[in-house]
Amino acid sequence: MEFEPILFYVLATTTVATSLLVIGQRNPIYSVMLLIASFGSLAAVYVLLDAPFTAVTQIIIYAGAIMVLFLFVVMLLNVPREDAAEYDRTHPLNRPGARRLGSILALVLVAELGAALWHVANRRLPSALSDVPPGDVSSVRKIGSVLFTDYAVPFEITSILILVAMIGAVVLARRDTP
Amino acid sequence: MKPDVDPVFLTQVALVVVIFHALLLSAAGMVWAERKVAARLQQRFGPVYVGPAGLLQPFADVLKLFFKEELRPAAADRILFYIAPVISAAAAFSAFCVVPIGPPTDFWGLLPREVPLYVADVNVAVLMVFAITSMGVYGIVLAGWSSNSKYSLLGGLRSSAQMISYELSYGLALAAVLVMANTLSLQEIVNSQAGYWHLFGVIPIPRWYVFPQVLGFVVYMIAGIAETNRAPFDFPEAEQELVAGYHTEYSSMSFAMFFLAEYVNMVTVSAVATNLFLGGWHGPILPEWLGFVWFLVKVAAILFFYLWVRWTLPRYRYDQLMTFGWKVLLPLAVFNLLATAAGVIYFGI
Repeated sequence: MEFEPILFYVLATTTVATSLLVIGQRNPIYSVMLLIASFGSLAAVYVLLDAPFTAVTQIIIYAGAIMVLFLFVVMLLNVPREDAAEYDRTHPLNRPGARRLGSILALVLVAELGAALWHVANRRLPSALSDVPPGDVSSVRKIGSVLFTDYAVPFEITSILILVAMIGAVVLARRDTP
Repeated sequence: MKPDVDPVFLTQVALVVVIFHALLLSAAGMVWAERKVAARLQQRFGPVYVGPAGLLQPFADVLKLFFKEELRPAAADRILFYIAPVISAAAAFSAFCVVPIGPPTDFWGLLPREVPLYVADVNVAVLMVFAITSMGVYGIVLAGWSSNSKYSLLGGLRSSAQMISYELSYGLALAAVLVMANTLSLQEIVNSQAGYWHLFGVIPIPRWYVFPQVLGFVVYMIAGIAETNRAPFDFPEAEQELVAGYHTEYSSMSFAMFFLAEYVNMVTVSAVATNLFLGGWHGPILPEWLGFVWFLVKVAAILFFYLWVRWTLPRYRYDQLMTFGWKVLLPLAVFNLLATAAGVIYFGI
């Protein structure tokens, strides 16, 4: 019996299950931990796809850096649990207009996802991806050179975006007295 | 019918077992060494009664911890309280799995092909170590939060802030070596350090990256000490302020697992430093197949340095730690990376 498909189904189930459980938790700390578990099993799926570099960056950036900050903030605010008992009817998001807009947006999202899945089934991948031989997906050299030649502009724009966000955070957090 | 068993596969399985137990033993050895070195630095004897020169002391300690009662604070979060030490120990052990401890060997022709002396074959080994080490912080943070005690919580918060701050410098110091070696595989990085440079054409110095990367090595060691929460950066457990920090409420084997994780992390950081900066198993005199002896000697030297620093320097203040991390260490690491990249591009070092 093939070992890899079994592994894939186990990991895929874990990823989907933990992602779903994230939104079903009362305790935000559990949500954070489940999200980390979801990222971890997603990284394992990347390893199965023969892309260890992507897997490791996924762990370093999402599970290692971003989620630590999430956990940090949740712990600092010390919200023990979200109480469903204190359901706030007067909250602006609970007005009929907002709820209708929300449900329409949700339907649009479902439709979009369905359309995307439908199209992926009978379309080949963009040429830049499918031209790479299978073993090269994991090649750090390849990723680096593509990132700085073919995709240099989006890469730099993303960097500027992050830089602006960072400066914004510094400005907001700064005390008025120098 | 006899099943077809690949001897190479069996060797690799045996390697997993051997490395795991070697790590366990090294943690025990480190406990003993720590107490002995501390005692010597303070003009005492340290443990002497249990076994020759007190060598069996850590085993006696473990035995004691086994029989202690497992306590849990009434208001603690039950699941996370028990999971936290497991995360710490698991991350510590799995980080070591990509670290090569010697040159690939076929054990004097006993095996049909050469076996690399590490557990997992990953071509992004350096990043792998980095990723798994950064998982270890969850054990500490969760322990601090789930204990439901102010000392633990403060310890956990400090730990996460400290790890985030020093991880950057740690990663940048690693990156400078990666730029020089032009690979991400620990095995190849070690192999690129074989042989000698000749200073003034005569004096041979080994091609270890510690010589061109002095700054990187210093940054790596400081950030490594901070990453493993050792003095002078042991804020998560600062006894005088926080009782014992994140593991205040832990007892028995859960406490032992945190202890184990700390020492195994030290060994991992030292082993990675040996491979990246000190030429791994390369060294003069000994033949190639005895390379692991050089590896062990170098790791032991770095571990001794760790202990020496701990028992010599007093703890920083918390704001000093943050200022140092962000305003001194990080700029130095960035400068080092830029200088290395410029050197590689323009001078082809």
